Amino acid sequence: MDTTIFLFLLQDGVINGAVYALVAIALVLVFAVTRVIFVPQGEFVAFAALTVAALENGRAPSTPWLLLALGILAAIAEVVWHFRDLTVKRIVRVALLDLALPVALLWLTLALAPMKLGQLVNILLAIALITPMGPMIYRIAFEPLAHSSVLVLLMAAFGVHFSLIGLGLVFFGPEGSGTTPLSSASFSLGDLVVTGQSVAVLIVTAALLVLFALFFGRTLLGKALRACSSNRIGARLVGIPTSAAGQFSFAIAALLGAVSGILVGPLMTVFYDSGFLIGLKAFVAAIIGGLVSYPLTVIAALGVGFAEALFSFWASNFKEVLVFTLIIPVLAWRSIYAPYHEESE
Amino acid sequence: MSAPLLDVRDLSVAYGRAEVVHNVSIQVTQGALVTVIGANGAGKTTLLNALMGLLGARGAITFRGRPIANVPLEARVQQGLCLVPERRELFADMPVEDNLLLGGIRRSRAERNQTLEQVFSQFPRLKERRRQLAGTLSGGERQMLAMGRALMARPTLLMLDEPSLGLAPRIVRDIFQILTELRASGVSILLVEQNARAALQVADYAYVMELGAITTQGSPAEIAQDSRLVESYLGLGGNDY
Repeated sequence: MDTTIFLFLLQDGVINGAVYALVAIALVLVFAVTRVIFVPQGEFVAFAALTVAALENGRAPSTPWLLLALGILAAIAEVVWHFRDLTVKRIVRVALLDLALPVALLWLTLALAPMKLGQLVNILLAIALITPMGPMIYRIAFEPLAHSSVLVLLMAAFGVHFSLIGLGLVFFGPEGSGTTPLSSASFSLGDLVVTGQSVAVLIVTAALLVLFALFFGRTLLGKALRACSSNRIGARLVGIPTSAAGQFSFAIAALLGAVSGILVGPLMTVFYDSGFLIGLKAFVAAIIGGLVSYPLTVIAALGVGFAEALFSFWASNFKEVLVFTLIIPVLAWRSIYAPYHEESE
Repeated sequence: MSAPLLDVRDLSVAYGRAEVVHNVSIQVTQGALVTVIGANGAGKTTLLNALMGLLGARGAITFRGRPIANVPLEARVQQGLCLVPERRELFADMPVEDNLLLGGIRRSRAERNQTLEQVFSQFPRLKERRRQLAGTLSGGERQMLAMGRALMARPTLLMLDEPSLGLAPRIVRDIFQILTELRASGVSILLVEQNARAALQVADYAYVMELGAITTQGSPAEIAQDSRLVESYLGLGGNDY
């Protein structure tokens, strides 16, 4: 391998790694706050990319219909689980967030889609359509199980994953699509051609990671979310509403997923089920970060991306297998050196 | 006599089928320091957890004149009920100051900052260590932080679960000194303790809990004269604490 190829693979790896990093920190966040290993995180990525692709073609995507379906389910869940403490405030909130918001977004999408208003509108609309799905999914599937063991939550996460894959096929169909790059510019650094898309991926990821760090390090709301992961009982005792914290973490996860989808859309052909592999590779990074450390997770994600690029050069048939094999030495190392903690509660 | 601040009637708590607290009735009047003493395993912690809403229970709990038995935990905090749990449950990987600020998360920013100054003046030690991670504090400091964090919520009734557990006698004295100061400042206190001698010295009224039920109640002086209780819980002679 010569330097040019190496640099090319490095660029490719860093770009993929940056996207994995966004997905992986969402996984770490959701696990820290709710103890859910959020298998369906990748679905947000795929659905966001498919949404932008449809909008670019001047078609109305099916995303708002999916959002409306989830909203109706969430509203039913709310009424069923909280039948006894249904207050007027609660009913108004359900009506607004679960029903009025999806209907409004549906109307907006149907109105805007044929107008082809350009990339920025498409992106913002996709983010607006995907982000509310996070808290809805939390309330449908995970809130009623909030006090269950990690294993039960993991099984529920798989259930949600399979449901979303099925819904994805119904709503988006089996065809794959790609989106136009965020920037078509490209320039050469020596022998290496750097595309504008790569630079955009890096800038967006870096900016989001900085925002993320500021939010959790500086704001009381961010600290409250960290408190939920630091000590669940302590967080409840100071009056942090754990359900709201869970919904908020799922909203951030969906937002990060949507942004990741917008970033990968131009890099690959996305199908309704493409998210799972992305999520799984991000999961490798999250595990290397111990599902706790954000900086370690980001570094691990970049490592996974680079390893994937190298493997696809050396043994492209075994690319996926080799990437997932990375997790084995990490798990072995962790099980030898990390002390075993019995799950509290 | 005005209605008590906290009125618990026939409260029973069960883990699955095993009932561990049976028909407990206790009252805490406004401004009083009430203690529940009893041996290890008597159900004291379970009682407090049920009052706080960490555990489900049967029976009536009235707080500030309103029934709260079906009110979720967060809303109980909002209404002025706070628990300092036996295991402290601090945010170990966060600095002392963040632990305290999170204690006041349900209050306005102005109120929070003002209360933070009050807590720092009550616990100067916490002010010295405000940037230190909670997990690196000593046992006594952790107890102070747990109490300070609860006070940040401006509780009307502060419930403490074994604040003296595992602490050196000198620090236990400090903690009980702070409890009397808190009561003097108008906070009502429900104190659960195994260290009966220390608890009875600061309390206005005492309940004795045995095998999940309240068996005796009265002023600390009356309890201290009950020869059977003295033998079971207070021992003979020994130190003050």
